[in-house]
Amino acid sequence: MSVELFVQYLFAGITYGAIYAIVAIGFNIIYNTTGIINFAQGEFVMLGGMISISLLPFMPLYAAIALAVLMTMLFGALLEICFIRWLESPGVLRMIIITIGLSILTREAALHLWGESIRSLPYFIGDEITTVAILGARISPQVLWVIAVCGLMVLFLSVFFQATSVGREMKACAANRRAAILCGINTRNMVTLSFMLSAGIGALAGCVMSPITSSGYDIGTGLAIKGFTVAILGGLGNSMAAVGAGLLLGILEAFSISVVPLAFKDAIAITILLLILFVRPHGLFGSSTAAGLKEF
Amino acid sequence: MKKLLPLAALIVFVIVIQKMTGWTDTRFYLTQLTMAAYYALLIVGLCVVMGYAGQISLGHAGFFAIGGYVSAALTTINLIAYQDRVVIRMLDGFGLLVAGQDIYGDAILVVAPWAACIAAVVCAGTTAWVLGIPVLKLKGHYLAMATLGFGIIIYRIVLASAVFGEADGISEVPPLPLLPGLTVSGDFGMREENYYIAWGMLIIGMILLRNLIDSRVGRALRSIHGSEEAAESTGVNTARFKLKVFVLSAVFAAVAGVFLTHYNGGIGPSEASVMKSVRYVAIVAVGGMAHLWGALIMGIVLNFLSLRGVFGSYDDAVFGFILIVIMLFAPNGILSLNWRGYFLGLFRRSGQTEETGRAIDGTP
Repeated sequence: MSVELFVQYLFAGITYGAIYAIVAIGFNIIYNTTGIINFAQGEFVMLGGMISISLLPFMPLYAAIALAVLMTMLFGALLEICFIRWLESPGVLRMIIITIGLSILTREAALHLWGESIRSLPYFIGDEITTVAILGARISPQVLWVIAVCGLMVLFLSVFFQATSVGREMKACAANRRAAILCGINTRNMVTLSFMLSAGIGALAGCVMSPITSSGYDIGTGLAIKGFTVAILGGLGNSMAAVGAGLLLGILEAFSISVVPLAFKDAIAITILLLILFVRPHGLFGSSTAAGLKEF
Repeated sequence: MKKLLPLAALIVFVIVIQKMTGWTDTRFYLTQLTMAAYYALLIVGLCVVMGYAGQISLGHAGFFAIGGYVSAALTTINLIAYQDRVVIRMLDGFGLLVAGQDIYGDAILVVAPWAACIAAVVCAGTTAWVLGIPVLKLKGHYLAMATLGFGIIIYRIVLASAVFGEADGISEVPPLPLLPGLTVSGDFGMREENYYIAWGMLIIGMILLRNLIDSRVGRALRSIHGSEEAAESTGVNTARFKLKVFVLSAVFAAVAGVFLTHYNGGIGPSEASVMKSVRYVAIVAVGGMAHLWGALIMGIVLNFLSLRGVFGSYDDAVFGFILIVIMLFAPNGILSLNWRGYFLGLFRRSGQTEETGRAIDGTP
C-alpha cells in the first residue's frame, strides 16, 4: 500500500471515527446521569442533518445549522420530559424498550415528513471535487471540517465538565445521585440537560458529516450501533476513552474495506462489539472492578 | 382440568373461525390467520425467554430467518451440476435428495423438503446454542445490544450473499409435505388444511410451553427472573436453564420460519430485519411479559391486523407507539390492568375512583 493510499484510508477512518466518537460521547453523557442507554441516540444525528437541510432554503448555511442544533436540543429535552422524567425508578428492561420505541417513532416521523430520499448539505467550502493535498493524498476540506468540529466539541465538553458549575453539578449527579440531591442539586434538571447536550452534539455532528455521508431518515440505527460499540470499547461512561476507541473503530473499518467486501463493513463493527462484550465488557481502557459495581 | 380449559377454548375458537369464514364466504381471511399463527408460534417462544427467564432478545427475527432461509436455499439450489461428487451421491443414497424438473423442463436435483426443514431447525438451534453461551452471561443493556448485533449480522449476511438471493430473497420454494395428502403450501385448494396445520403447530407449541412453565424448569426460570443471584445461591444452575430456554425459543422461531417460508413459497430479507425483532418484543410486551396467553392473543391479533394492511404505511410506527405506551403505562401488559375495577369505578361515586385510577397505571 503506497503512502498516499495509506493517508487516504487514514483520513477516511478518522472522519468516521470522529462521528462515532461523538455519538458514543452522547451515549456516555446520558448514561452517566441516568444509568440508561438511550437507543434513540442515532436519531439525534439524523435530525440534525435533516432539519438543517430543510432550513437551508430560508437562511444562510451556518444559521441553518445553528437553528437545527437548537431544535434538536429542544427535541431531546422534550423526549426526556415527556417519556422519562416522571417514571419512578424504572427497570433497565423497561427503559431499553421505551428508548427503542422512541427511536422507531422518531424515524417513522422523519420518514413521513421528509420521505425516503437521501439529501445532503452543500460542502461548507468549495464543492465535492475541491481537495487539499496532504502527504500526497487528496482530502476534501469537509473532512477537515468534521475532524475540527468534533475535536472542538470534545474540547468544549471537557472544559464544560471541569470548569463550569453546571458541568460540575452534572458530574456530581453522575458520581452519586443521592449525594448530589443532598447538596441541593436539582438532579432532574441535570438529566434533562444531559439529554439536551447529547442531542446537541449529535445534531452538530449530523450537520458537518452530511455533505460527505448524506442524510436519510434511516441513518440513526446504524450510527447508534457503531456509537454504542465505541462507547463499550472505551468503557461505558468514559468519554475521553470513547474518542480513542472511536478513532480506532473508524480506522479499522476504513482499512477493512481494502480486504473484505463493502457489504460486510457494518458486520465488522458488530463483530468487534460482540467480541468486546464477551471478552472485556468493561472496555479496553476501563477497570473491571469499577464496571462490576455499575448496573447495566 | 382447569389447565385444559383455555386450550379447549382455543381449539373451539379455531374451529369456529374456520367454519365462520366458510359460511360467510370470507375464506381469504384464513391466509392471514395462518401466517399470524406462525408468527405467534415465534412470539410465545420469545415470551418464555423474556417473561419467564427475564432475558431480552432483540435478535429473534435472526433465528426465524435462519430457519426460513436455510430451508428455502436447500430446497431451491440445483445440485445437478455436482451430482457426480461423492458427498452428493451419499446424500442421494440416504434418500435426502429429490430429482425433478423446473418450469422450463430442465432436470433439477434438490434437497428433500423434510430434510431441509430438519437441517434448518438444527442450524438455528446450534446457532442459538453457540451464541447463547457467551451472550446470556450479559445483562441489561449489554444483552440487548449483543442480541441486536446478532440480528443485524444475520440481516447483513442475508443481504450480501448470492446464495440467499441478496435483496430479492428466495422465491419458488417447493411445498413441504408432512403426511400423504397434507402439504404446507400456499395452494388455494389447501387453504383449510394449512390453516389447521398452522394452528395445530401453535397449539402443540402452547401445550409444550405450558408444561415447561409448570414444571421444575419453569420454577427455576421464574426464580432467575426474580433475582439471578438468589436463584444461583439456592442451587439453580442459572446459565444452563437460560441457555436451554434460549435454544428452545430459537427452535420455535426456526420452525415458524421454515413453515411460513414453505407456506408463502418464498422469503425476503425484511424477515431478518431489526424492525421485525423489535416488533416481536413489542407484542410480547403488550401481552404482558410473563403471560403466555396474552402473548398468544396479541400475537394473533396484531399480526393479523398488520398482515391485513390495516396500519398502512404507519405499520412500524404503530408498533413503536404501542411499545412506548405499554411500557409507560402498563409495563405488565394490557391484560394485567385492573379493567374490572376501572369499569366498576365508573359507576361509583367520584371519591372512590381515585384508587382505581391508580390501579390502571399498572404499577405493581
